Amino acid sequence: MEIYALLGFVLILSIYLGLELISKVPSTLHTPLMSGANAISGIALVGALVLSTDSNLQSAIAFLAVLFASINVFGGYLVTNRMLKMFKKK
Amino acid sequence: MSIFEDITAVQNIIYIVASILFISGIKMLGKEDTAVKGNFLSAFAMFIAVLATIIFIVDPIVLLGGILLGAIIGSTIALKVKMTSIPEMVALFNGFGGLATFLIAWSEYNSIPDNYFQYLLVMVTIYIGGVTFTGSLIAYGKLSEKLKVAKTSIITKIFTTIFYGSILFLIFSILLPFMPAIGFNFFTVLLVITLLGGIGFVLPIGGGDMPVVISLLNSFSGIAAAFAGLLLLNNVLIVAGSLVGASGLILTVIMAKAMNRSINNILFVGYASASKGSSSEEQGEVSPINVADAFLILESASSVLIIPGYGMAVAQAQHVVRELGELLEENGTEVKYGIHPVAGRMPGHMNVLLAEANVPYDVLAEPDDVNPIMDSVDVAVVIGANDVVNPSATEEPGSPIYGMPIIEVHNAKTVFVLKRSMSSGFAGVQNPLFFKQNTRMLFGDAKESIGGLVSEFKD
Repeated sequence: MEIYALLGFVLILSIYLGLELISKVPSTLHTPLMSGANAISGIALVGALVLSTDSNLQSAIAFLAVLFASINVFGGYLVTNRMLKMFKKK
Repeated sequence: MSIFEDITAVQNIIYIVASILFISGIKMLGKEDTAVKGNFLSAFAMFIAVLATIIFIVDPIVLLGGILLGAIIGSTIALKVKMTSIPEMVALFNGFGGLATFLIAWSEYNSIPDNYFQYLLVMVTIYIGGVTFTGSLIAYGKLSEKLKVAKTSIITKIFTTIFYGSILFLIFSILLPFMPAIGFNFFTVLLVITLLGGIGFVLPIGGGDMPVVISLLNSFSGIAAAFAGLLLLNNVLIVAGSLVGASGLILTVIMAKAMNRSINNILFVGYASASKGSSSEEQGEVSPINVADAFLILESASSVLIIPGYGMAVAQAQHVVRELGELLEENGTEVKYGIHPVAGRMPGHMNVLLAEANVPYDVLAEPDDVNPIMDSVDVAVVIGANDVVNPSATEEPGSPIYGMPIIEVHNAKTVFVLKRSMSSGFAGVQNPLFFKQNTRMLFGDAKESIGGLVSEFKD
């Protein structure tokens, strides 16, 4: 159980850090921030890669998790990049 | 054994580096000058985290195939999609992230949790991931206008009921280990009811409230990933997921503040049941104007403020708007754009549309910047925006939108309102702006009206 206490601590600190880091974001960047954050949530890919594959069902679940997380990662970063490239200063 | 320990050590060091890069990346993403770099940094962090995971997998061929396939599908969607469809694309990708965490938790359940805490995490992660998945799909359908279900329809009511039922069933599932054995496969029921519940969560929420829902779903997908990290004892998942959860939460709060409503009110109440205050009695005559007269007024104006809303997105008028802005500037007029945070259907929707049309971002101003100087504005041109310029918000304490920060165009010398008809905005509240002395209504399709003004300038 101690490991959960430790990781729970990491979780709370990270959320707090996130709130502090992004609290003042200009409205121009609302969409890119959302889309860029969305790409980061594709980190689930790392979790999907280590899932068990000891039955057909488990293998199928693991494969689908990897597939959808990858779509999230690649699609998310590329769309964010495309969007940011459009923002120009005068 | 020692080799295994080395592997985990190396992996953990790389995960820490990746976490730091994610943190710097998301920080840089919040500033205009560094945003592109920030996105690259976070993509690089993702790359090393995935690499550190995959090189230690014994037989990675199938999984690499999955990544490759996902890369092809994701990149194709991201590069082919029109910029105007960005809101629904973000919703779709967000849903896929939610689905991935839903599947992770499902798999962990099948591997039989070691202790009650793990069991609890599995249940909660399944629920958040599943609701994020189907909720985002419904948001995708609504944003792309493929899905049109009225809030009052029976289908919406059924799904809303299922949503509340799904919360009860989640609580039941969490408490199950403390109860006597039951005779049915509760887990399959949980999987199904969670997915249906996600539909019921988003279905009743109106178009104007979409910016809040999208931000919230974004936050959910991060929290689900962080919980999956707890489940798998993986620190990079926890850090990255938490950052996303936090940024989504911030956007949700910004959006809710911009509407002066509580998140609870937006999600579960909606405008319909807001108190119907005294309906304004000043509705009288509106003064229409035609393109030729509007041109004459604009031509002699020295400062013009353009306020775009969802109507500009629908009419796809952003390119002619930019053209009009440029012609006005050539004519010696100072042109600014007043952007309300909840104009459109997602956070920053107007900014993206105008950027796509090559409007530089430094002429885009927020309500707090333009309101104090509003009385020096000669013409405020409202293009398909309604509630965000509704003076009831400042003048009528009984109005459902009273207290919402607006762009106070009614204080400008002249206001042009471009609108298709006299229908009210998403809040269903009549807009007294249309009846003000200094307001002129330019009826018709926004793209055609602005196009007409542009050709008048060119003649």
